[in-house]
Amino acid sequence: MKEIRFHGRGGQGAVTAAELLAVAAFYDGYFSQAFPAFGVERRGAPVLAFTRISDKKIRLRSHIYNPDYVIVQDSSLISSVNIAEGLKYGGVIVINSTKDLRELGNVRTIDATKISLDTIGRPITNTTMLGAFAGAVDLISINSIKRAVGERFVGELREKNIQAVEIAYNQMKELNR
Amino acid sequence: MNDNIKILEGSMAIASTVKTCKPNIVSAYPITPQTHIVENIAKMVADGEIKADYIRADSEFSALSTLIGASATGARTYSSTTSQGLALMFEALFNASGMRLPIVMTVVNRALSAPLNIWNDQQDSISVRDAGWIQLYAEDNQEACDLLPIAYKVAEDKEILLPTMCCMDGFILTHTFEPVIIPEESLVDEFLPPFRPDFILDPANPLTFGAYAGPEIYTEFRYQQHNAMIKAEEKIEKAMNEFGEVFGREYGLIDEYRLDDADIVIISMGSLLGTIKDAVDEMREDGIKVGILKITSYRPFPKEKIYNKIKGIEKGIVFEKDVSIGTGAGLLNDLKAALYGKKQTPFLYGFVLGLGGRDVGMNDIKDAVKKVKTLELEDFGFINLRKEVL
Repeated sequence: MKEIRFHGRGGQGAVTAAELLAVAAFYDGYFSQAFPAFGVERRGAPVLAFTRISDKKIRLRSHIYNPDYVIVQDSSLISSVNIAEGLKYGGVIVINSTKDLRELGNVRTIDATKISLDTIGRPITNTTMLGAFAGAVDLISINSIKRAVGERFVGELREKNIQAVEIAYNQMKELNR
Repeated sequence: MNDNIKILEGSMAIASTVKTCKPNIVSAYPITPQTHIVENIAKMVADGEIKADYIRADSEFSALSTLIGASATGARTYSSTTSQGLALMFEALFNASGMRLPIVMTVVNRALSAPLNIWNDQQDSISVRDAGWIQLYAEDNQEACDLLPIAYKVAEDKEILLPTMCCMDGFILTHTFEPVIIPEESLVDEFLPPFRPDFILDPANPLTFGAYAGPEIYTEFRYQQHNAMIKAEEKIEKAMNEFGEVFGREYGLIDEYRLDDADIVIISMGSLLGTIKDAVDEMREDGIKVGILKITSYRPFPKEKIYNKIKGIEKGIVFEKDVSIGTGAGLLNDLKAALYGKKQTPFLYGFVLGLGGRDVGMNDIKDAVKKVKTLELEDFGFINLRKEVL
């Protein structure tokens, strides 16, 4: 089983990101589960969301304490939240940041805010970060991510989100070459 | 995987299943974490996907009272609520069961105020266990869906006519995306016949429901409710068996997991069971002979079946998300009453955990089992207490 923890702020769509990753994993043929852990329900407050992915039916319903992967939607969280807490040995952290933090170890960064602003026109980075995750980690196919994202949005927003996913995926692939 | 399997939010899975049960009247008042269920149903009604009337109510009291009127006219009815909403329904709960109206309601389990808390525990439905409603508890979203047609079938049975709560843990199930097979509408049609009660409110043939009953007749009404609840045990089992034949998914009033050679039986209800099953698998690998008795039907409480499953096991550990303040907890107390005077019963430990949304991990379960084995715990207590804030 692979466990992914999302760090975001209320309003940034971390819960949706966890859900879409579970949907994409399901389309790749896995069993999956996604659920939120809101702290306080208000815009800007730190939010956690979780995704589990497994070959077998998932019964466990506790929070994720030892994630295989961590996705951080907002680099300003790093100063207030221990984003690496409980990370498994060899685990990977994907952060939305303008800085390249690869020297810290298994950290992959991407300027998701810029990609989101350029494509979607708003600094909502959840779908962009899913594209980045698919590019950084060989776990979920980009096609399933695009399918899941495509089903969640309609019209222009749908196209823009898929575009953001693709750009982030390609940029991350390029970085990891 | 089954072709009909989809991945969706628990609340949406429930709304989609309600649709297949074809209710005539839905009435509800939105309250976290039930909101997504009734929002989705309201949308389905507005889009013409469900041929039901959705009656918006100004409170949970009004919502259930509306359904009482509707059900008495012979309509199939549905509502959903949680916590404070269920508490506000208290008076109407007894009216529904006393008038023998087979209303089906999803109770999304949530903590009660005060202090205000919107997160999951099971204090709300456990606190109304004596209201004369059947209560079924779901382990996962598949079960939460499947229990709905089963609930309608039993509730509407002319030998039963009891309202039914299908209980599911708030957030932990309602807000979780996981794969679910929505019961196919054609199969639900085959499984669940239309509701055709013998007695209905009809101006052409006037009857009175829930009229005054003095000391000379009130007791007999209650006695018949009691008998119907006991009778419901075999009817639920029958309906579950039929459900298994039609849908290929098996359920029971109770279920066992790795219980055959167990020295310790863990007894619990609801979504805790998934985490407990994973913990039991790990403990089994460490050579600890522990198994699980899962309670799906809390009302009726299948006493004999429970006894027969756990007879001869040395120790029982009850994990539950409610407390009977000062006097144990709901499931624990009912189990003790059920086993009283019987031979070879397990010594029961009762542990309260997961209140107000506190997370329950596998280690909480394993730690409690270990401490019971080494006699480090009293027979009743709260797990995972933050002693530093007391």
